[in-house]
Amino acid sequence: MNFDLDPADAAFQAEMRAFIRQALPADIARRGRQGFHATHDDVQTWMRILNARGLAAVHWPRQYGGTDWSPLRRHLFQVELRAAGAPVPDQAALELVGPVIYTFGDEVQKARYLPAILNADTFWCQGFSEPNSGSDLASLKTSAVRDGDHYLVNGQKTWTSEAHKADMMFALVRTDGEARPQAGISFLLIDMKSPGVSVRPIYTINEGLSVNEVFLDNVRVPAENLVGDENRGWGYAKFLLTNERTMSAETPHTAFDLEQVKQIAAVEMRGGRPLIEDPLFAARLARFEIELRALETAVLRVLHMGDNDPALNATASVLKLRGSELRQRIADLAVEALGDHGLAVFPDVEGQDNMDVLAPVPPAPDYAAGWLSRMMFRRATTIYGGANEIQRTIIAKSVLGL
Amino acid sequence: MDFSPTQEQAALKESARRLCERDYGFEQRRHRMRGAEGFSRDLWKTFADLGWLGAGLSEDDFGYGGGPVETALLQEEFGRVLLVEPYLSCAIIAARAIVALGDPPQKETLLAPLVAGEKLIALAHNEAAMRGDDAAVRTEAKRTTDGWRLSGRKTFVLGGSSADILLVSARTPGGVTLFEVPASAAGLEVTAYHAVDGRRVADLVLTDVAVSDATRIGPEGGALPGIELAVDHGVIALMAECVGAMDAALWLTRDYLSTRKQFGVTLNTFQALQHRMADMLVETELARSMLLRGIAALSDPDPQARRAGVSAAKVQIAEAAVKVTGEAIQMHGGIGVTEEYVVGHFYKRAVLARGLFGSIDLHLERFAAWSRKAVA
Repeated sequence: MNFDLDPADAAFQAEMRAFIRQALPADIARRGRQGFHATHDDVQTWMRILNARGLAAVHWPRQYGGTDWSPLRRHLFQVELRAAGAPVPDQAALELVGPVIYTFGDEVQKARYLPAILNADTFWCQGFSEPNSGSDLASLKTSAVRDGDHYLVNGQKTWTSEAHKADMMFALVRTDGEARPQAGISFLLIDMKSPGVSVRPIYTINEGLSVNEVFLDNVRVPAENLVGDENRGWGYAKFLLTNERTMSAETPHTAFDLEQVKQIAAVEMRGGRPLIEDPLFAARLARFEIELRALETAVLRVLHMGDNDPALNATASVLKLRGSELRQRIADLAVEALGDHGLAVFPDVEGQDNMDVLAPVPPAPDYAAGWLSRMMFRRATTIYGGANEIQRTIIAKSVLGL
Repeated sequence: MDFSPTQEQAALKESARRLCERDYGFEQRRHRMRGAEGFSRDLWKTFADLGWLGAGLSEDDFGYGGGPVETALLQEEFGRVLLVEPYLSCAIIAARAIVALGDPPQKETLLAPLVAGEKLIALAHNEAAMRGDDAAVRTEAKRTTDGWRLSGRKTFVLGGSSADILLVSARTPGGVTLFEVPASAAGLEVTAYHAVDGRRVADLVLTDVAVSDATRIGPEGGALPGIELAVDHGVIALMAECVGAMDAALWLTRDYLSTRKQFGVTLNTFQALQHRMADMLVETELARSMLLRGIAALSDPDPQARRAGVSAAKVQIAEAAVKVTGEAIQMHGGIGVTEEYVVGHFYKRAVLARGLFGSIDLHLERFAAWSRKAVA
């Protein structure tokens, strides 16, 4: 065992840090340090800068525009991106549908969709959840009926992140109503501009818009948009959800948040001294920082496990469970640290397209903006990607054999 | 960076696992604890023969070339069976204090017999008012014409009841100084008692104990950094025991739930219990990760960063251990609180680990103080 970063990896990390510092436009970085969702333009601008350097999807295989970096280096790159406040890219495309397309798609689909994802020409959304199919996803009802060289799709998707900005949706649809639930599902790519697709915003408690309802009313989808085989979509979705769980430890995000909380606590005062010197607050902060250390090491262990390690899925569930809870708790602590400022509504000024009515900007320090929004949105971290109760059941069944 | 053990490390762990499974059943342990010394000298000799007493020491220090990783691998196995032999106090803490502070002749006269299993040595540093603050030494050493006279009280000295040699810390004009004191020294009174987890500990009363200056280990007034390093190694080794104990309690509970029936079904069918067991596994896995981070912290060249890393490990792992082993009792029901069943004893070890070398509050405070300095 050896716990030190190899000199070559350390040099790589320093090189990436320098590259990001030089390449990330200052105004994008400033917005990135606030807690609002990144705007479409910021994501696109940054993705194109990365793509020009071949760094848009470093975790993809080289032949599809990725790199042959080790899992550790991919992680170190993420750490540096988050620490710099770079906008979070289109994860539905990069983390979810991209890998499904290059793993299960045909050559036409690969050529058509993958380069457009890398250059942020096409934004994606995930059409999985339905009003009556959340944790029990396999019960989904949206149907796709073959009609010549098209599918006719009818149904309703919900909690669809970024559907209001997306060009394409990857959806799970039922193509066989007779088979057992998991065996009748297919994986379909739907153009959001198709007639019959309508998007209705769901405003969430973070005073913002990122999720939507999507109605599919006799939408004609070319049969060539089927990924892989008909009725095999559940298997592709499981592949994809494993990716989602692995990424959702999100320790680089949490580390970034924690540094910000520490800086807030160094400035905000209570009882005549900086909050960070208040023993009760300092103890709470220390607990989070300590748990983050444990999680970061767990992530590194996962990165060294290799894709076929039997312990991988279990550990990924562990990461999702505790990583999501920690993100919530740190945002919570930030809002407390901000005192009254933490309780004031800050409008998402940069993302005006997100809300129909903007609240006025309260008089408060810059660092206060975005935290309440972040805290409120973080309530979802323990719900999306398989609610934490589902993760506990996975651990109990697949690891403990209960 | 590499998280997998080397072949030698894997072999060491495997041999420890085998020996513990064969010779350290719960009944065998109880039998040993009832003996006069509370542990087995025969087993200690076996440990020496297997090279375990020097497993974490470099060859220059009369060991076999290992370090904290080897120590942790053994300690994790020892935690599974709740070992009561004075491995932590002698082979880790005392040995590390000698490594840190001793001159070459002292290393030879102390470490060689320690590793050979011929002498038991204990670090007598702790005092009742110390509560994890290693600098708060009140025992005094006064200069005499031919050496020193030591007076004071040392409490809860791990391995102190059977030690041949006690390494006593005392306040001298220049700071904290460490002395080698034979257990038979005139003026030294040793009172042995039992710690919560079955280990034997002792309080020492020193009344004008006379020692020569040659018994001084390390510089006059300059022993504290070495003592702190030794204690840090002890904390991490104790946390490794906790990881072993948690893991054992977790799987024992899993097996119990899979066989125990109520309401006509086995308990493992109840989701309320499944989810709590999942949380136990999560805590254990995070503790295991934190242990690796803690081992890494031991070699940090900055003593404050090292101490902060050790404190972080202590908070995360000791609290997890109390939680997981406490849950294990709860899920076993009544049998969990009986003396004759092992699960409650895992909890006892976790409680000891949480309290030893400073409370959770102290370690949170130490970590927070270090972390605060890093804020711009």
